[in-house]
Amino acid sequence: MAIETQPEKAEHSGGGGPGGPPAARPWWMRPAIHTAILGAVLGYFLGHWLGNFVASGYQQVVEGDENNFAIVFGYLAATAGFLAGLGVFNDLLRQMVGLPPRDHDDGGGSGLARYFRFTLDHKVVGIQYLVGMIIYFCTAGLFAMAIRTELLSPSYHLFNAGAYIEIVGEHGTMMMMLMSSLVLGPFGNYLVPIMIGSKRVAFPRMEALSFWLTPCAFLILLSGLLFGGFPFGWTGYAPLSIQATQGADSYAVAFGLMGISIILAGFNMVCTIICYRAPGMRWSRLPIFVWSMLTTALLMVLAAPVLVGGMYMMLTDRTVQTAFFVPDLGGSSYLYENLFWFFGHPEVYILALPGFGIVSEIIPVFTRKPLFGYKVSAAGMFGVAILSFFVWQHHLFDSGMDPDMRPLFMITTELISIPTGFIYLVALGTFWKARFRFSVPMLFALGMYFNFLIGGISGVMLSDVPADTTAHGSFFVMAHFHYTIMGGLVFAFMAGLYYWLPKMTGIRLNLRLGKIQFWTMFVFFNSTFLPMFAIGEAGQPRRVFEYAANLQTLNDWSSISSFLLGGSILLFVINFIWSTVFARVREEGNPWRSRGLEWQIPSPPPPDNFEHIPVVLSDPYRYGFKDAGPVADLYPPAGVISGALTGSGA
Amino acid sequence: MAETAGVAAQPSGAGPNHGLRILLLWLPAALAADLVIWFVWGPHLPPGDMSSSAASQQFDLRVLAVLAAPVFLAVLICAGYSMITWRVRGDDDGEDGPPIEGNAKVQVSWIAISSALILGLAAFGTYQLIAPAGAGAGEGPQPIWQPDGKPVVVQVIAQQWLFTYRYPQYGGVETTQLELPVGEPVQFNVTSLDVIHSFWAYQLGVKADANPQVNNVAYTTPEHAGTVTVRCAELCGLWHGAMYDYGKVVSVAAFQAWAHRTETSMAKITKTLPPYALIYTPNEIKGLANFYYQAGLPGAGGGYYGNQYYPDEP
Repeated sequence: MAIETQPEKAEHSGGGGPGGPPAARPWWMRPAIHTAILGAVLGYFLGHWLGNFVASGYQQVVEGDENNFAIVFGYLAATAGFLAGLGVFNDLLRQMVGLPPRDHDDGGGSGLARYFRFTLDHKVVGIQYLVGMIIYFCTAGLFAMAIRTELLSPSYHLFNAGAYIEIVGEHGTMMMMLMSSLVLGPFGNYLVPIMIGSKRVAFPRMEALSFWLTPCAFLILLSGLLFGGFPFGWTGYAPLSIQATQGADSYAVAFGLMGISIILAGFNMVCTIICYRAPGMRWSRLPIFVWSMLTTALLMVLAAPVLVGGMYMMLTDRTVQTAFFVPDLGGSSYLYENLFWFFGHPEVYILALPGFGIVSEIIPVFTRKPLFGYKVSAAGMFGVAILSFFVWQHHLFDSGMDPDMRPLFMITTELISIPTGFIYLVALGTFWKARFRFSVPMLFALGMYFNFLIGGISGVMLSDVPADTTAHGSFFVMAHFHYTIMGGLVFAFMAGLYYWLPKMTGIRLNLRLGKIQFWTMFVFFNSTFLPMFAIGEAGQPRRVFEYAANLQTLNDWSSISSFLLGGSILLFVINFIWSTVFARVREEGNPWRSRGLEWQIPSPPPPDNFEHIPVVLSDPYRYGFKDAGPVADLYPPAGVISGALTGSGA
Repeated sequence: MAETAGVAAQPSGAGPNHGLRILLLWLPAALAADLVIWFVWGPHLPPGDMSSSAASQQFDLRVLAVLAAPVFLAVLICAGYSMITWRVRGDDDGEDGPPIEGNAKVQVSWIAISSALILGLAAFGTYQLIAPAGAGAGEGPQPIWQPDGKPVVVQVIAQQWLFTYRYPQYGGVETTQLELPVGEPVQFNVTSLDVIHSFWAYQLGVKADANPQVNNVAYTTPEHAGTVTVRCAELCGLWHGAMYDYGKVVSVAAFQAWAHRTETSMAKITKTLPPYALIYTPNEIKGLANFYYQAGLPGAGGGYYGNQYYPDEP
């Protein structure tokens, strides 16, 4: 289809980008991380000054010498400065004034330095995302352990009430907003072009920008702590968020930036998958992981604009004194709840679908069988994605908004468990008479199936309005979504990491440590979150620092397990650093004997991915077929590509 | 639902009948789990049976657990059986499994069974929502499902960070003590003066968000006397975790005696309060801060309402 538009050689071979550093330029003119930081600092002070200059007449902050308007302006200018320092705008400006873009033949530089630049190579962006996501995840995980430390005792307080609420807010927001790219960022950006037989992504600048917005969002969110944090968790319900002190600005700006980041990432992913498939890569041959990335990306593109709009309104409420969400002035707190959850529920599936994709991609390899019910699997993901826009009011069952709509939202919520159930149909079908190999990626995939089963079934209980009346806003809900996200997505991420890291870097992680990590993580994860179902049903609301004394045993059990779970994650970090930096055990072939197209090229992939655009001959799951040919022709004879275009639809 | 995967995917021919084996493993396990859940665990499931809505929620949870356990066990047993039976023993011989790409019978039965289960659950949930008058959940300003009989009306006013209760049938008296009569339907009118809170009377199975400028109604009928834990279930700022109190369900006579006594003793303060209304605009309640001050109560969220509402001289 869109193959004509694809040059035989990628336009920017393997990257480069506006940062390609000709030696002639002095160091402070070479766009990279140091100029970006310089730009951010300058930008912040400039924006802060400008904000004070513009708004000091009407923007007053009670109990503080900071002006919300100036802080927001500072954050935005710092982000712009950071991006300008990275060189994001260099080529755009050059072309706007009629100059050609700088040449990018240097391949983005080599070695470590290119990972700190704005590059156009999807493989570099993938690695940037990978490392970034692990850092964000571990930071937010430390906040989680602080929460559990406070909850060791029902009455003794390690943190004061304010600090505790700050920690809860930072943990929740960081996990929910930054982890939306946990899989699409690293694996989606890196692997999808390779899996569909393309040399590049559709919009490399968008893709790179989507990554470089994440450190901005991360640091801005953390900087909220300097202003006393924000007291409203990750949901930011108005009017509490309008009433809150300056830390709330960091929440709104960071979440808004992250919203823009996931729109860009999703847009690039959708276009890449639709337009850059190699000849022969029909929709019916698309790897199931690519289907999951497509549905996730569609959700990102369609849901995140609502979030950005909501955050924008919150910011204007806080700074220029609009009153979208202030009931006293004619606004509505329901408006914010609706906007937030209209994004927030698809967001939950943005965090679930990639996990489905990874595990479904991995189990055929380790059971040596075709994926059972491939089309059911893809249809299930689409079903989940579409239905996820029609369920958001189940977060508001007790809110008093539109009470007679509750049966409708109950049924849509319960309907979504049908397509979600398909991943279990697919898994059980694939397991049937399979030949199981319990390698580390497979273990994590199986762990994901187990955890998500508990998360999913508890979700059905939450969708039932009468049962939800007790469970809503309690630890039961917390246990539920930690089972689906931590137990589902993060386990799937680990599976993907052990599975694909040899592909991405040519280095494999230590598998013995991997097995230890799996078993400790699996046991302590369940031991941390299973008691929370009981804690919630016994009457402990979320985000409290005081609870009934008779719940201390369960809470302590959960806390101690969470520290051990933290230890397991630490083991992973040690394994990751030790294996990739020090041990560096080469793994260049196809260690899992996968039929996936990405495994048919060398590891790590060459700058252009493929020497020639391959011609895809079959789906990647033809295990067990005696007459199965190769999955793709990597060196198609000349003329085949144009022939494929006129033949049966590519 | 997963047991069908086992039964139908079984090709005829030699070898053990795996589907039958899985069925024989699953059936007793599911039966045992369900019996334990229904008879042993069921009567103790939260939130207990102190009120009509709590009892209906408990029944709901019981039914859901009884349905969930067989599904959970089916997936687990099916997967576990596969893993144990068909794992590669010893050295990896590199063999592939049989190329099964799908099975129409299995897929159709899976989809049919899960759809039937889900639609049944939705119908059950809807009935359970309507029959006990909204199941104790907040129904908004115009509740469509109401209990029979004239309810005792209790207004719950949430603010940072406490609940107060007004009894319009007793002169609109406002107290910090929640008392309810046993055996009579109760109507909670829940509203907030500042941010969103949620009124969660745990043992009564009542949860209704307290939204500013909104009257959110919930119904229940207390059926046993006892103590009720009230907690805020929506993050409302700094002291959210400390926003709880304890209510009492007492006999009708004791409740009426308490209500009349309170009405009389608080008459002077009640007069300074704004007249009972379904919603309040905090900035218009001139006497509110004064009231809290006189009653020796902590103020509402520091200076949120502006200091002009506090008395000049303490």
